Amino acid sequence: MRTLKFLLQKEFKQIFRNRALLPLLFVVPIMQLLILPLAADYEVKNINITIVDHDHSSYSHKLISKITASGYFKLANYGIGFNEAFDDIEKDRADLILEIPQGFERNLIREDGVAGQTDGEQLYVAVNAINGVKANLGSAYLNRIIADYNVDVRMEWAQMPRFNLFPTIEIASSNWFNPTMNYRFYMVPGILALLVTMIGAYMCALNIVKEKEVGTIEQINVTPIKKHQFILGKLLPFWFIGIVVFTVGLFGVGWLVYGIIPLGNLFLLYTYLGVYLIAVLGLGLLISTYTETQQQAMSIAFFFMMVFILMSGLFTPIDGMPKWAYVITQFSPVTYFIEVMRMIVLKGSEFVNIKIHFLIMMGFAVLLNGWAIYNYKKTN
Amino acid sequence: MMDNISTFIKKEFLHVFRDRKTLLMLFGLPIVQIILFGFALTNEITNAKIVVCDYAKDDASQQIIGKLQASQQFDIQRILLSHKQIETAFKDGEIKMAVVFPANFNSDLLHQHKAQVQLITDASDPNTATAISGYANQIVMDYQNELMPLQRVPYQIDTEVRMIYNPELKAAVNFVPGVMSLILLLVCVLMTSVAIVKEKETGTMEVLLVSPFSPFLIIVSKAVPYLALSLINLTIILLLSVFVLGMPINGSILLLYAVSTLFIITALSLGLLISNRTASQQSAMLISLMGMLVPSILFTGFMFPLENMPYPLQLVSHIIPAKWYYIIVKSVMVKGLGFSAIWKETLVLLTMTILLLVVNIKTFKIRLT
Amino acid sequence: MDTVIHTNKLTKRFGNFIAANEITFDVYRGEIFGFLGANGAGKTTAMRMLCGLSKPSSGTATIAGFDIYKQTEEIKKNIGYMSQKFSLYEDLTVLENIRFFGGIYGLSDKQLKEKSAQLLGTLGMVSEAKKMVSSLPLGWKQKLSFSVAILHEPKIVFLDEPTGGVDPVTRRQFWDLIYEAADSGITVFVTTHYMDEAEYCNRISMMVDGEIKALDTPAKLKQEYAVTSMDEVFYELARGAKRRE
Repeated sequence: MRTLKFLLQKEFKQIFRNRALLPLLFVVPIMQLLILPLAADYEVKNINITIVDHDHSSYSHKLISKITASGYFKLANYGIGFNEAFDDIEKDRADLILEIPQGFERNLIREDGVAGQTDGEQLYVAVNAINGVKANLGSAYLNRIIADYNVDVRMEWAQMPRFNLFPTIEIASSNWFNPTMNYRFYMVPGILALLVTMIGAYMCALNIVKEKEVGTIEQINVTPIKKHQFILGKLLPFWFIGIVVFTVGLFGVGWLVYGIIPLGNLFLLYTYLGVYLIAVLGLGLLISTYTETQQQAMSIAFFFMMVFILMSGLFTPIDGMPKWAYVITQFSPVTYFIEVMRMIVLKGSEFVNIKIHFLIMMGFAVLLNGWAIYNYKKTN
Repeated sequence: MMDNISTFIKKEFLHVFRDRKTLLMLFGLPIVQIILFGFALTNEITNAKIVVCDYAKDDASQQIIGKLQASQQFDIQRILLSHKQIETAFKDGEIKMAVVFPANFNSDLLHQHKAQVQLITDASDPNTATAISGYANQIVMDYQNELMPLQRVPYQIDTEVRMIYNPELKAAVNFVPGVMSLILLLVCVLMTSVAIVKEKETGTMEVLLVSPFSPFLIIVSKAVPYLALSLINLTIILLLSVFVLGMPINGSILLLYAVSTLFIITALSLGLLISNRTASQQSAMLISLMGMLVPSILFTGFMFPLENMPYPLQLVSHIIPAKWYYIIVKSVMVKGLGFSAIWKETLVLLTMTILLLVVNIKTFKIRLT
Repeated sequence: MDTVIHTNKLTKRFGNFIAANEITFDVYRGEIFGFLGANGAGKTTAMRMLCGLSKPSSGTATIAGFDIYKQTEEIKKNIGYMSQKFSLYEDLTVLENIRFFGGIYGLSDKQLKEKSAQLLGTLGMVSEAKKMVSSLPLGWKQKLSFSVAILHEPKIVFLDEPTGGVDPVTRRQFWDLIYEAADSGITVFVTTHYMDEAEYCNRISMMVDGEIKALDTPAKLKQEYAVTSMDEVFYELARGAKRRE
């Protein structure tokens, strides 16, 4: 135990004396937590639309006002021909084109009319589909506005007796856990999880490899310091730092800046965080046992981090992934932590809901650290 | 003189190519990213896990449930008996939506021509919630329309939607140009700066500085292997995108390579600048990562749409070289446009590069005196 | 006389390459034992085995009475080590380094206090106690490294080329420290390729091509080879060597 005390003293001193490292450990993650959620907004707004109106009728005008009033779209251009409109898409001035054919109003309010059915003309939408999310949502929003408009038109003419015979299903939607649909609520816990992970794995791996590179590790190997003591000595300081950064991030930034109040049990959250950090630090340790230089450690750590981050469910949903990809996500500790973060912070999940997540994370912690300890041989 | 420089450059190549582990990662990274982005990462909603709470248990509700189950977007996990179970289902984590049918659904629909269905979404992920509820809406509407199949619903507006440039909505089309920017940036900025700083740390730099070569040339020769590496990486990415992801290169390949080389030089200059300013490998790495890579991921525009960001951040994005490169690649590779469409962005990149090189030369000179 | 190191046919193989071939020798308590040889002869390999840093391929040995295969932890508690690549922490102060290594070897707080004060006094570094090790000149670092290596009064201290790169005066001072340590009963096992330092040892051994080709006092060796300096002894022995760096 005493040995451990001495080891920890040395480690902390070295970390806090490292002028270049310190700000990067504390300041940068916080700054990123401030900026990232602002930037990482997948909510699609301000979609640029160019409308080509061949009809120029009061109905086409009403439709156009509805679109511009919706708040989703910005009218990029109007009153031009289709070719010019296409130029807008090429130059990225517009994301969508809506083309209203001539005769739109006439066809729509004919008594048996389905607008466009007779002449083969209908509303025509062209979408720049390079960004799939934008394309999907953009066309979905536009379709919804058009459908709403359609309902308005019907209501106007609804005195016709025929109309009542048609059964309508009313859909009542409610949004739980994030009624304001604030995208930041979704991103901040996830990003915080990522930042803490990066600090844990990277810094820990680099720290040990640095000793290897410089040569002080040989001196340690000759002393009576046991494997597990050395490893604990490397792991614990970053464990503490991880928890501190997490706390500052969650309360300092999450709460004060974004107004996110964790719904669930904080003690539960921190316990999970503790186990998670052990697992992630174990990964860093493991990497350090396979590398000799800081450059190598960095490359390998970065590689794993990239994969974990991309597959974490933070940016793209896990549900839609093919089986093999899904398996990969299940092997990444990051996936579980982000899930748990969101569950506890946003939904108020309790222990019983995350039992399995706990078990799996403990499994990771044991596996990774065990492997690292096994690898780290003083005698070879 | 030229032979001597090439010996230098040869030595640098040896350094880089002998470090197998790092090399593996450097080449492995784009390959893995392409595969992930191409096959695993998509914004499409499929197999979203939902639950149904069916109080009606009648014909209509069963039909709608059947439609939901049959659709690709949904995967019904459980049929709940009471809506009290909904909250637990959400809290357990995986369920994204609950569909509730009230009792007498069918009879209400037939006799009173009006019935209600409740859709409860887990809005902690707002986008998915919107998309999922949109799809569910569609399915319910489809059912409604089927109830009166023969008669046309009057006052119906039809819309035809065409997706341009990427009709299959492949995520790859958006991501591959982004991946290209990232990988090139990573190799050139991160690796270069760390490699140069390593020489500073170990002291071999002084030995080089004493040699008869201009110190700047020495530094440049350090960057050359990474230029080669980047071009190889670029080729790998392009080959993978075309043959594995089925992504077309619609524009001039020559133009693509020319612009990429420009971007590589920009990134290398950045790496040089960082290495000039730092004394330890750890710092070089952290600055490259946190100060360079992460902002690039953010502000390039391929992961997160730039238009959504608050205005000041949009201004920041203007000074990120990767953002301009991304626009160029999209225009040339995906839209198939020529130089006339991208001359503005290219000019911006060129200016940045020249600026960086000038700063580099200046700071280097100061070091020596 | 107490035998503190005893080896019998100690061998280390790396694949087909035999770095150390059936090394057999004894070292007695309080000796200053010089372990000489050209670069690449196998000195460092042999020493790493004796320190418990490397597992022998075959052969037996006991260090301070403990078995080299089964009791490496005990060995470590009873030895000190000063590596070639200087091994104190540059980003800690002199005092912090002393306290750290002392603590690792089990010295109590009281002992630490006394010994650090003692050590600083002896080395004349009292005013440098709170300075970063990185700011010290090389000679001071090496003296500090040695003192830290024997802080816990080990039975044997292993020194791997301890005086590389320092001026003759500092080297002389360093050897004064070694004499003191030997006088107090610590056996000093030192490798070097400064032949004049060989003269300072009680006995020396010479490794050539992985084998021990000579083992005796400097005087007797000079007599045997009919030469007047250790330099020449070395030359005689190493001339036929096949392995050279």
